[in-house]
Amino acid sequence: MGRYVVRRLLQAIPVLLGTTFLIFAIVYALPGDPLQALAGDRRVDPVFAQTMREMFHLNEPLLVRYWYYVRDIFSGDFGMTFRGLPVSTIFEGKFQVTLNLAMTALLIEAVVGIGLGLIAALRRGSWADTGVLAFTLLLVSIPTLVSGFVLQLVLGVQLKLSTGIDFFPVAGLRDGWRSYLVPGIVLAGTSIAYLTRLTRTSLMETLRADYVRTAIAKGMPRRRVLGRHALRNSLIPLVTYLGADLGTLMGGAVITETIFNMDGIGRQLFQSVYLRENSVVVGIVTVLVLVYILANLIVDLLYAVLDPRIRYE
Amino acid sequence: MSDSTITATPPEKTGKREQKAKKPASLWSDAWYDLRRNKVFLIGAGLVAVLVVMAVFPGLFSPIDAYNPATCDLSRARQGITGEHWFGSDNLGCDTYSRVIYGARISIIVGIAATLATSLVGGALGLVAGFYGRWVDVIMSRIAEIFFAIPSILGALLILAVIGRDNAGIGSVVLALSVLAWPLVLRIMRAAVITTKNQDFVVAARALGAGPGRIMLRHVLPNALAPVIVVTTMNLGLFIAAEAALSFLGVGIQSPDISWGLMIADARNRFLEAWEPLLFPALFLSITVLAFVMLGDAVRDALDPKLR
Repeated sequence: MGRYVVRRLLQAIPVLLGTTFLIFAIVYALPGDPLQALAGDRRVDPVFAQTMREMFHLNEPLLVRYWYYVRDIFSGDFGMTFRGLPVSTIFEGKFQVTLNLAMTALLIEAVVGIGLGLIAALRRGSWADTGVLAFTLLLVSIPTLVSGFVLQLVLGVQLKLSTGIDFFPVAGLRDGWRSYLVPGIVLAGTSIAYLTRLTRTSLMETLRADYVRTAIAKGMPRRRVLGRHALRNSLIPLVTYLGADLGTLMGGAVITETIFNMDGIGRQLFQSVYLRENSVVVGIVTVLVLVYILANLIVDLLYAVLDPRIRYE
Repeated sequence: MSDSTITATPPEKTGKREQKAKKPASLWSDAWYDLRRNKVFLIGAGLVAVLVVMAVFPGLFSPIDAYNPATCDLSRARQGITGEHWFGSDNLGCDTYSRVIYGARISIIVGIAATLATSLVGGALGLVAGFYGRWVDVIMSRIAEIFFAIPSILGALLILAVIGRDNAGIGSVVLALSVLAWPLVLRIMRAAVITTKNQDFVVAARALGAGPGRIMLRHVLPNALAPVIVVTTMNLGLFIAAEAALSFLGVGIQSPDISWGLMIADARNRFLEAWEPLLFPALFLSITVLAFVMLGDAVRDALDPKLR
């Protein structure tokens, strides 16, 4: 397994380099003079332009500039905003908000997704199974954009107005962990559907396996067969899916945080796009992509630990 | 009388079925036979048909031309549902109903264009990578992996932020979505081609002296197409949702073009005073995505015999 870990780590390097280069190329290799764009219609002062060009290495060839960019990323320097603040200061506190939100969503997703998938797999072909499948179809089709606003209106406003229940805060972060509840549900929505279906197929496959039949045949109680043999073995793909999903959820937080006014990096990304602060946009996207790649990497490594049957050459 | 018709029909039906079975049923005719009897498919296809007609001839559904600013009346902004404005009116006093109808066009165009672009690029590269294998496959798979590592909404947001709001529009949204989504098609096509290319009929074709181009297009491609069709149908709905999300975030479609995502963004600030201009486009967006996801789900059930 040690060799597998090393190989997997080495494989991640070209992907990391390639992805950062792609982001870099998208942003910096486009035609047009960034300084002129900054100045608008006015003429750029040549002395100022010269200083800026040297400061931001704008005169260097593309690959050299890419080298500077990668070097800066790996030393934790994500560049400067137009106001002269380091981009990394923007992450302070905000990263935590996004991480909390993504973790809440992951927890909700795991409980609801695996629960529903269990029900569907155990009652295969029944109305419960059909119902769960129809529910997942519906869940996939409702974009975050829609579920976010609907829940905000229903739970945050209508429920409070009609019954006086004020349990679901739907804006800001003032209510501690409860602030993450509704946004977490919204963010988890689509993923719940995929996890439910994955649980269902995975469990149905294990329930057909020989060792399950053997366990039942030797008279083991059904509950024990399910918990000991079937569930444990079908959990492997689910855990890997959940792990990989953390990165996706953090990336998807842009819309959820914008709707619920949560001060995380997603909402910051939205604001920076609006203010056309491309350096901040690049910084945030780079960090989120790195989180996504690292989450996938960790999951791949976990896979080898979780499933001793898998022996990697 | 009625009894006789009831007893008369079943044998006729089974007769037809047997006749069908005598012909060597291909995957496609089998799948089509299944689909015509699948309620999920029929509902999905019906919804898609209505939406496409709505996108092509919005005038059939709405008497008001939503692209004509003269139809808006600022003094009647956010008035709620009335006989004249079925879905209420928005912040500028424009009729939400007609705007929702006219908004279908951009969603459908973006969905279809992005699907076509990703299928053509990803499909062609996947076919070549899977068929030739070796270094061609290694290079293409690595490149795909790099694109695949970027979550599509984030990547599209980045591309569109760079293009800038002044130049944004249908073309740039399609570009941004396609650039990041083609590797998925490549992966699936590649896997399907690899399983197909070693089958007997391909070996036979090669033995008869068919060239690589002919084998790829006439023998491998038709037999590797099924999984690609499934994924691209599902993706079509997700592209539409992504377009709405990007437009909502302000980097996608720009006004005066009408897009559901943009309508949601516009109505957002006065959401509590008037929910109609926000929730009706949201409803149509969900229905559209649902229609394509249902279609994809049904097609998958029909084309993938393993799941039966």
